[in-house]
Amino acid sequence: MTQKPKKHRSDTKMVPVPSHSIIPERDVDEIPVMETRHLGIEFGGLKAVDDFNLTIGKTEIAGLIGPNGAGKTTVFNLLTKVYEPTTGAVLINGQDLHGMSIVQASRLGIARTFQNIRLFDKMTVEENVRIGLHNQIRYDMFTGILRLPRYWKQEKRQHERAMELLDIFGMQDLADETAGSLPYGAQRRLEIVRALATDPKLLLLDEPAAGMNPHETEELMENIAKIRDQFQIAILLIEHDMSLVMGVCEGICVLNFGKVIAKGTADEIQANPAVIEAYLGKKKEG
Amino acid sequence: MTKAKRKRLIYNLVTFGLVIVAFIILENMISAKAISRSLKGQLVPICAWIIMAVSLNLVIGFSGELSLGHAGFMSIGAYTGAVVSGWLLSAFDMQDPLLRLVLAILAGGILAGIFGVLIGIPVLRLRGDYLAIVTLAFGEIIRNLVNVLYIGTANGKLHFAFLNKEKLPAGVTMLVDGAKGAVKIKPISTFEVGFVLILITLIVVLNLVNSRAGRAIQATRDNRIAAESMGVSVTKYKMMAFVTAAVLAGMAGALYGLNSSTVVPTQFTFNQSINVLVFVVLGGLGNVLGSIISATFLTILPEVLREFADYRMLVYAVVLILVMIFTNNPTTRAFVNRLASPAKKLVRKNRGETAGGGDVK
Repeated sequence: MTQKPKKHRSDTKMVPVPSHSIIPERDVDEIPVMETRHLGIEFGGLKAVDDFNLTIGKTEIAGLIGPNGAGKTTVFNLLTKVYEPTTGAVLINGQDLHGMSIVQASRLGIARTFQNIRLFDKMTVEENVRIGLHNQIRYDMFTGILRLPRYWKQEKRQHERAMELLDIFGMQDLADETAGSLPYGAQRRLEIVRALATDPKLLLLDEPAAGMNPHETEELMENIAKIRDQFQIAILLIEHDMSLVMGVCEGICVLNFGKVIAKGTADEIQANPAVIEAYLGKKKEG
Repeated sequence: MTKAKRKRLIYNLVTFGLVIVAFIILENMISAKAISRSLKGQLVPICAWIIMAVSLNLVIGFSGELSLGHAGFMSIGAYTGAVVSGWLLSAFDMQDPLLRLVLAILAGGILAGIFGVLIGIPVLRLRGDYLAIVTLAFGEIIRNLVNVLYIGTANGKLHFAFLNKEKLPAGVTMLVDGAKGAVKIKPISTFEVGFVLILITLIVVLNLVNSRAGRAIQATRDNRIAAESMGVSVTKYKMMAFVTAAVLAGMAGALYGLNSSTVVPTQFTFNQSINVLVFVVLGGLGNVLGSIISATFLTILPEVLREFADYRMLVYAVVLILVMIFTNNPTTRAFVNRLASPAKKLVRKNRGETAGGGDVK
């Protein structure tokens, strides 16, 4: 087989990958919704993420944790094609994301929220959700300008769907508020709703509980499980709140200095000496 | 109907209502001969500048890209309109001025749209300041190109020459004569057509903004990465806004060009692009009604200020600064709100306590 020299990725795909799978049993027979193989990126010689292998089952809730600067958000940016990886491959439902744009990756079924909230601030809450529905309920520009019957029909469908989605977090009352004026917690929830509107297969949540109080966090935990059950999707979340991660995630992956240092269930992770060391530092030898 | 929808409906009704009422009043004034000559001469240009401002607002206010070459599209429209109108008259002996005007406006819009696509492809890959600089350069390039463009008509055919007028066959009637511009135009623009064109512009812009495509355009403005992550193709929607604005500017150009007997390249300089930008910023980014009002006001103002003679532009600048301060300064805004608040409170009281129910979250 002829190999193009520049693309590391295509050689790595040939290599059999040792199974790092921590997939829950119910998803074992399904194609994993996401699989990364030897994923890595360098910024000017610094390996921000190196040899990242992770498989996520079709309806799994997985956690990605690690100390600050471990490269968690960089992994998200690689998965959503904000960055092009220098090595390795990302497969979504068995399809290689190589060379795709952010938009194409989104159409394959990846949706995300952002660590530093990125809502469409000047638009209303409902309009934000409608942007998520952009590729689900469509009509073209001229239908919109000429207000053809299809416009009214599709607008109505968009409105109803947006309200259904907002109802997940009980945010229907806020539909007409400007997104930028919402309180912090509500903005985080709106980001999740907006991401869900794109009808994803894999939902990436970047610190969904940041800035929430313990009560809100608990509610969020229930909602994450509810979303998974209702939409039958996989969720990968980055979070510093360990009660949330340990409470809701079936599989956890720990990252430190861009490398995976541990994988397993909540109990396994909590007992793993490498993880404890990464978070608390090395125990002084007596 | 939701609160946001009602608000939008009212805004749109006020916008259309204002334009229509202004039109009716002016028409009556014209038929009663109660209008000054200078204002009457200004009517068509005002229509053209309103369309320019509203269309530029689509690019700057809604898609969030700073374009400084909008006058370039206007000049394409003006020249195309002049040539098409002159050609239709000489080649097909089309005497009906209204039909000629409509066809000229359509042609102006289409050609400006084609240029919009050509410019948009490379330009919309750039962001922020770079885009502003490239569009600025585009406006200047167009101006310099038409400066050396010669178009003549003979026996129903159009003849084009570039740089060298001698290349045109002998005996042609000149339509575009290089630096002299488009010459011997029969002014056929009317206020009525200008009014209809404003209505079309408003329908296009307001309906576009409140549709799927328009929301996508605004999303790319508010947050590019988030929009892309939601599956919105940013370049496509920036292009849509840019080209729509170019088409409308081309139409405005044709209307403007066919209002006088000559169109010269120096009418569409960088200064004009900045002028339209001033209309848009003063009226408020994303505020169509504001664009209409500021374009009208600022087109009339220099004429009104003629009595200041040499100090005209100085006074214009001072007025502009004062208006900016009074409409956009947070302190003055708060002050005006404070003045208005007792009145608002009174209204709320009269409506009963339930009126505040909308604030409950």
